[in-house]
Order: sequence, then structure tokens, then C-alpha cells
Amino acid sequence: MRIMHHPILGESEKKDLVIFTFDGKAMEGYQSEPIAAALRAAGVMVHRHTQKENSPRGLFCAIGRCTDCVMVVDGKPNVRTCVTPLTAGMNVQTQYGVSAKKTD
Amino acid sequence: MKRYDVIVVGAGPAGLSAAIEAGKKGLRVIVFDENAKPGGQLFKQIHKFFGSIEHKAKIRGFKIGEDLLKEASAAGVEVVLNAIVIGLFLDKEITVQINDAVVHYKGDAIIVATGASENMITFNGWTLPGVIGAGAAQTMMNLHRVKPGKKILMLGTGNVGLVVSFQLMQAGCEVVALVDAAPKIGGYGVHAAKVARCGVPFYLSHTIIKAEGDDCVTGVTIGAVDNKWQLIPGTEKHFDIDTICLAVGLSPMSQLLKMAGCEMEDNPAKGGLVPTCDQYGETSIDGIFVSGDVSGIEEASSAMIGGRISGVAAAYRLGFIDYEELELKSEALKKALLSLRQGMFGPENKGKELTKTEEGYAISANLLTKGYLTNEEVMNYPGVKTMKGIHPIIECSQNIPCNPCQDACKKKCITIGDNITALPVVDEASQCSGCGMCVASCSGQSIFLLNEDYEEGYASVTLPYEFSPLPQKGMMGFALDRSGKAICEAEVVDVKSAPAFDHSNLLTIKVPKEMGMNARFFK
Repeated sequence: MRIMHHPILGESEKKDLVIFTFDGKAMEGYQSEPIAAALRAAGVMVHRHTQKENSPRGLFCAIGRCTDCVMVVDGKPNVRTCVTPLTAGMNVQTQYGVSAKKTD
Repeated sequence: MKRYDVIVVGAGPAGLSAAIEAGKKGLRVIVFDENAKPGGQLFKQIHKFFGSIEHKAKIRGFKIGEDLLKEASAAGVEVVLNAIVIGLFLDKEITVQINDAVVHYKGDAIIVATGASENMITFNGWTLPGVIGAGAAQTMMNLHRVKPGKKILMLGTGNVGLVVSFQLMQAGCEVVALVDAAPKIGGYGVHAAKVARCGVPFYLSHTIIKAEGDDCVTGVTIGAVDNKWQLIPGTEKHFDIDTICLAVGLSPMSQLLKMAGCEMEDNPAKGGLVPTCDQYGETSIDGIFVSGDVSGIEEASSAMIGGRISGVAAAYRLGFIDYEELELKSEALKKALLSLRQGMFGPENKGKELTKTEEGYAISANLLTKGYLTNEEVMNYPGVKTMKGIHPIIECSQNIPCNPCQDACKKKCITIGDNITALPVVDEASQCSGCGMCVASCSGQSIFLLNEDYEEGYASVTLPYEFSPLPQKGMMGFALDRSGKAICEAEVVDVKSAPAFDHSNLLTIKVPKEMGMNARFFK
């Protein structure tokens, strides 16, 4: 899903790869890119499930307005992943309601 | 409490332009923006802008953004990022959330340039992951260099829907269709034409019935609507896709102004709730100005000019310049703004059913419903002439404010005149050198070079090509017509990529002579 060569923007800048975890699995992303960009590149679509209906939600506005893409990051819930930079070792978890604990 | 002469809210094209003008007049200016980077949406705009030289026409949006930042820095403007203005109070006091603290500022003048937010539309499954805003698509692909999806359906055919569809293809995504409930394409015909010639179909008078999928979008069903917007049973059509992009308009983000007590109006022509303001952008409260989309939805070019006007007016309001200077400065800006607001898509023509151009040429119904001019229609316009040897074919059929082609031609083959919304006219008596500058200068990618005397039985067609990989000389492929249908075999006989073309490569293909007027893309 990464755009390495773009007809207008040219070659992708070289950025540092970092390892983070998504629901316990190790994943790669670029340092300081939004968490949501790293997840999208890795094929992750579902960021959270709603409290009442348990329905899936993902990236929507990508500029920090809609709060649909919030996840539990390093134990903190409701983190807007589209505007929060990725750092090495980050622990990113799917959010259920307002926690990382799966509701059935 | 910290004091400044001018506080600007929003570091997008309008806010930065306002700050630059105020800064240049010696005012102490601070700009707050909630984002981590300045420039607003400019850095996602990878297409060439319309207008004339004074509007920075044919320059790509992100380049304009870079230039604005340099200009702001030279004007001594202070920009504070990750700073959310959460309140605008009496006496021009604001509260700003910076990290976990709320900081209190006071300005003698406030310029609100908060821009707009995207409208949404609901349908079954609209909350599924994979349904995104068109702005989100631009952000992901053009800023973060990640494709928002592989197979995409676009809802909305305004300029945003058209431009983002083209950009999605440039990023390597497949766009399966553009859908709009309206019976006509809302954006510029030239934007629609460059999408159509890539083979993407338009479904006008259609809407999304449902997005399909359990955990994320795996498909979509659309259907036709009648003139009362009701679904017509039996017209359902399914597409396998992974992403639905919504480009259904923008709404001004005017909450701060309402909060401050400015007089507001709900104006559909301006996109929603906006403060009433005078020609300088000053609201009902002295010293509180607005510029850009927050004062009415337009586009970045007019936002930049409006911003400059507000910046100059703030300098006058605070006594840094006299009335004479205000008039002198703002007169040229107002003229530039007025010229951008002319033409078929200007505010005065919003919602009107136009059937003829300003010059009296018939407007193509096919262009408005299918996204392209028919072979017969294209012959009607003044940019299309039958000439010997190489010459430009300008398939520009709507009055939009744009004239770089006129400046691009050193041989004076192309005339638009002083009214920049006029259709370009090709002079049959002129001598085209085949340099291709007009092709590359056209922000709408609607200029081609045709040579029907290329070789015995063959014509050459030079077209703008902004995709990767760039075809190489000698390559064989198919020529596509304006609808995106393959019509004949074609050989690439020349590829030009000069820096002056700014990534609009010129691809010249050889096709049978009778296809010269039909071949408009290469695959």
C-alpha cells in the first residue's frame, strides 16, 4: 500500500523503520508517520469497536477531527491515530468501547 | 495574558496570507494552528492551480504552500503549531490549548481563518472502515504516501471528487466509478474529462444504496434516483471495492465566530453558517475578520487573496497604514479576487442552468453527464481548428477563470484576452512550433498537439501524461478516446519531460490519421 514512486511527488523519502506492536503482534512502520498510516500500510482496517453496538470503525477523516480512528495507545484510550506520530516500541491496541478489553 | 497586534487562527492559505500582509506592515502577528504542520490543505494539493499569473496559476498547490511559508517567515510571522484555539471572547481574547495547558492571549485584531470541514452523507454501512472522506484519501496518499485503498468508488463529482479521483489514479489506485445524485457533474468539465479518458465511468442521478462488508468495506451497491431523489427499483448495480470516498461538499468551520457573538447568516450559497462581513472580511464586531472557507466555501486561490485583503485591512484598523494605502493595496487584490469569481462556476451562476458559454457556444450535455465531449461537439469550440502541420487542439468548453495557455505560447497562437474566463481561441494563421508549452501549462490537461501530416496515413497526438511509469519511446499500446475506450493501436514516438513542464510529461503517439481527432490517452 506504500507509494514508493509518485509521478508528481517523486521517490518516497527515506525514513527510519521502527517496530511497534498491534494487538500483541510486531509490525513495522516509519518513525513519526501517523499510527493510522502505518496500520493502513500493514492492511489493518478496524481500529475500534463501538461501545453499544460493537460495530467496527476505522480511519475516516485522517485529520484528527472525527475521532473515529481512536485506539488504545500505550495503555491510553481514545488516542487519535491519524494525528499521533508513531514511535518505536509503541503498543497499539484495538479499542472496544473505551478500553482494550474485548467486549462480547 | 500575552498580547499581539494580530492573532490569526489557522495557518492555511487564507491565514498565512493574512499574517504575511499584516506582518509586512510591521504588526506583531501570531498564528495558531491545531495541526503539526502549517499550510492547511495546500500540501495535499498536487494538481496545478487555475487562474492567471497573479493567482499563481499552473503552480501546484504544495509548491504554493512552500512559497507561503517562506514569505511568512520573511515577514516575521510567528506560527505556533499543535495549538488549538478553543475560545474567542469579548475584547478579542482567545484561549489556546497547547499540550495540556490552556493559554490566554489577547489581540487588537483577530483574523479567523479556520477553513472548512468535509460534509458527510449517510447510507447503510457508511460507518464501516473503508468509507472515508475525500480529504482523508488526499491526506493518506499525498502526505503520508500510503494508498487509502486498492479499488475505490467516489461519491461526488464536484471539483474535489474529480480532482481526488485523478490523484487516486496517480497514486496507483483503481477508481471504479464516480457517482453523484445530481443529474450533472458539479465540477469543471476539464477535470471530469481527464478522469473519463482514463476509462472511469460516471453515474449521474445515482446514489449509494449500501456499503457491504462485515468488518470493512468489500463492495458497494448503487442505484439510480428519479428527479425527486427517490430510488428507482431494478437499477441496482454492484461493484467489488475496498474503499468508498465521500466528496459531498464542505461546511465553514465558523463556531469561534458564533461564540464571539458575530452576526451570522445561514447561507447555502456559502456552504452553511457564516459570519456576515464587509468587503475586507471584517465581521459585525470591529477588529474581528474572517478569510478563506470559513467566510464561504471557495477554493485556495481566492482564500489567499481574501486573506491578504484581511491582513491589509487589519493593519488599517490598527492605524499602521492610512486609508489611502488601504485602498491602494486592496484595490488590486479585490480586482484579482473578482476575476476568480467570474465564469460559469462563479457565485452568481451557482445553481443556474446554463446552456451557452459567454461567447454563445453550446455547452456540451455529454460533458456534464458522461465527463467528455463527443467527437462532433469538440469541433464547435474556438480552440479546435483544422490546420496543416502541428497545432494545438484546446478542448476547453466552459468559462472558467484560467489563462496560462495564452502566456505559454510564444508564437501567439492562443488568445484569451483580458477576460480570463473566455474560451481560448486558436489562430489558424499562426505558426505553431510544436514546443508543447501550452500542453504542459494547462491545469485542466485539455490541450493536445495534433499533426495530421505526421506521416503518410498517420497523425501524431501529443498529450499531457502525469502517471507512473512513464511510457518509453518506441512502446506500443492502445490509444483511448475521450470516453476511455481503446480505439486503435498507438506507438509512442516521443516523450518529453522538461523541468518547465513541471511533471506534466508530453507523450507523443502515432495513430492512424483518422484517429487523430479522437485519440486522447495512451495505455
